[in-house]
Amino acid sequence: MSFLNKSIKDLQEQVHTGASTVEQTVQASYERIREVDEQLQAFLTIDEEQAKNKARELDQAADKNGKLFGVPYGIKDNIVTKDVRTTCGSQFLKNFNNPLYDATVIQKLSEAQAVSIGKLNMDEFAMGSSNENSSFSPVRNPWNTDHVPGGSSGGSAAAVAAGEVAFSLGSDTGGSIRQPAAFCGVVGMKPTYGRVSRFGLVAFASSMDQIGPITRTVEDNARVLEVIAGQDHHDASSAPVEVPAYTAALQGDVKGLKIAVPKEFLGEGVHPEVKASVQKALEVYESLGATWEEVSMPHAGYAIPAYYIISSGEASANLGRFDGVRYGERSKQAKNMIDMYFMSRSEGFGEEAKRRIMLGTYVLSGKNHEEYFVKAQKVRTLIKQDFDQLLEKYDVIIGPTTPTAAFKLGEKVNDPLTMYAADMLTIPVNLAGNPAISIPCGFSEQGLPIGLQVIGKHFDEETVYQTAYAYEQATDHHKKHPQLGGVGE
Amino acid sequence: MAEITKEEVKRIADLARIGITDEETDMFQQHLQAFSDFANQLDELDTTEVEPTSYVLDMKNVLRKDEPAQWTTQQEVLENAPDQQDGHFRVPSILE
Repeated sequence: MSFLNKSIKDLQEQVHTGASTVEQTVQASYERIREVDEQLQAFLTIDEEQAKNKARELDQAADKNGKLFGVPYGIKDNIVTKDVRTTCGSQFLKNFNNPLYDATVIQKLSEAQAVSIGKLNMDEFAMGSSNENSSFSPVRNPWNTDHVPGGSSGGSAAAVAAGEVAFSLGSDTGGSIRQPAAFCGVVGMKPTYGRVSRFGLVAFASSMDQIGPITRTVEDNARVLEVIAGQDHHDASSAPVEVPAYTAALQGDVKGLKIAVPKEFLGEGVHPEVKASVQKALEVYESLGATWEEVSMPHAGYAIPAYYIISSGEASANLGRFDGVRYGERSKQAKNMIDMYFMSRSEGFGEEAKRRIMLGTYVLSGKNHEEYFVKAQKVRTLIKQDFDQLLEKYDVIIGPTTPTAAFKLGEKVNDPLTMYAADMLTIPVNLAGNPAISIPCGFSEQGLPIGLQVIGKHFDEETVYQTAYAYEQATDHHKKHPQLGGVGE
Repeated sequence: MAEITKEEVKRIADLARIGITDEETDMFQQHLQAFSDFANQLDELDTTEVEPTSYVLDMKNVLRKDEPAQWTTQQEVLENAPDQQDGHFRVPSILE
């Protein structure tokens, strides 16, 4: 049984009609993992016994009405799972086998009767755009294994694209859901900041981190967000805003929808084939009765430096907790306590994590705090105003998700600033906090997927889904799958 | 334009409690310098009248009832520690 052409709804129907059991569905997930994951390296931890027990339990359950009953999913490894190893892609946590609790999103998925298959590979502490910063193994792009899957939720996107699971959870601080979703040809949603509880998400940059679903279709995505969204008393930054039934919003009608297309999103650095795909998508929207206008977002070009100052500053504080005392690795060489800190952190963190901690410490120290950090926060205000002003007049903002299709492994790894530029179109959204989705909108000459980004107003995921769904229903990019392990197209 | 010296890199590593080799010192010096130059483009924007944004949502002082509940046990917490003794985290000597 292959998942690739089956929606979450299809998988559930199979079980409800008796054509399949939850155990068989879960079994199919592990079979696919055995078939393709040696190549992809999407999974870091697999807990087959526990998942099968859970599946059998669900098959016997009296109540089978969970919104995600029997659906197999994967979890980015920076989301804490009780008694299941949680590594954040880092050697520092390679033996962190007994986390004490489930993140709120995991609890909610469990209440909805979804089945966790395992933990997914990622750039260490979610810092990266290619998954090459995983301290275990880089993940490969299912469409072409010479190419990166994107990052930092590269394992989450690759696992869904390759049909190892029906959906996955990722986290997005500067594009870490949307960019890999674009590179792997799947649907990735970064909800509004505060929409989904961050309780149990290992913090990178707390003012921007947000958990969201990665799926093969827009409808599946809406179905998962419906379950995981909502205020949580364990996360004071989660918002007291009611969660609508996102799936109910999917009518496919975008007549009269007003679209803004910032010229900065189609400017320098964006590959012509990406521009062409977005142009074509805009024509599709026109044919569906929507209108679009070219607009300007004057401060978007300042987003990358502002983002790296703010996110690294926050990260340097958040990663202070890894000290070799309460959990994680401790250096064996340390003879006194100060050495223990220095040596444990020196051995535990990989190069990119160290670079961000160094950068963050630099921008927060002494007079740099005012000169860099507060300055970046002021620029953040200007960027947020750009979004607010456009979205007063327009329903959504549309552009590409990434400036190019997936690049090759090794291509950018030695030049941090070039790597940081891979996120130039997703980062502004995190600074402003808005919801944004990436959906497939075509392929490069090399046959690699291209992503379309739809950005909405704060807490208006409904319009974002509606807009994405209308395009998806009018096109067939989402029906193409990578050729891998003999299954595809 | 700030020039970032090797001493500055070592000072930052010291603040961040990260031991770095001479090779890493050179590398981070280059990277921090390149980033600092890159970040200077923010000075093109006049922000004297702009308020900084630290949080995008307009929420302040989120409160909840302070109700005690059993969350986890001391033993469970200690199980993840690299070293423990008599119900405490154990660390190498603090004073020589």
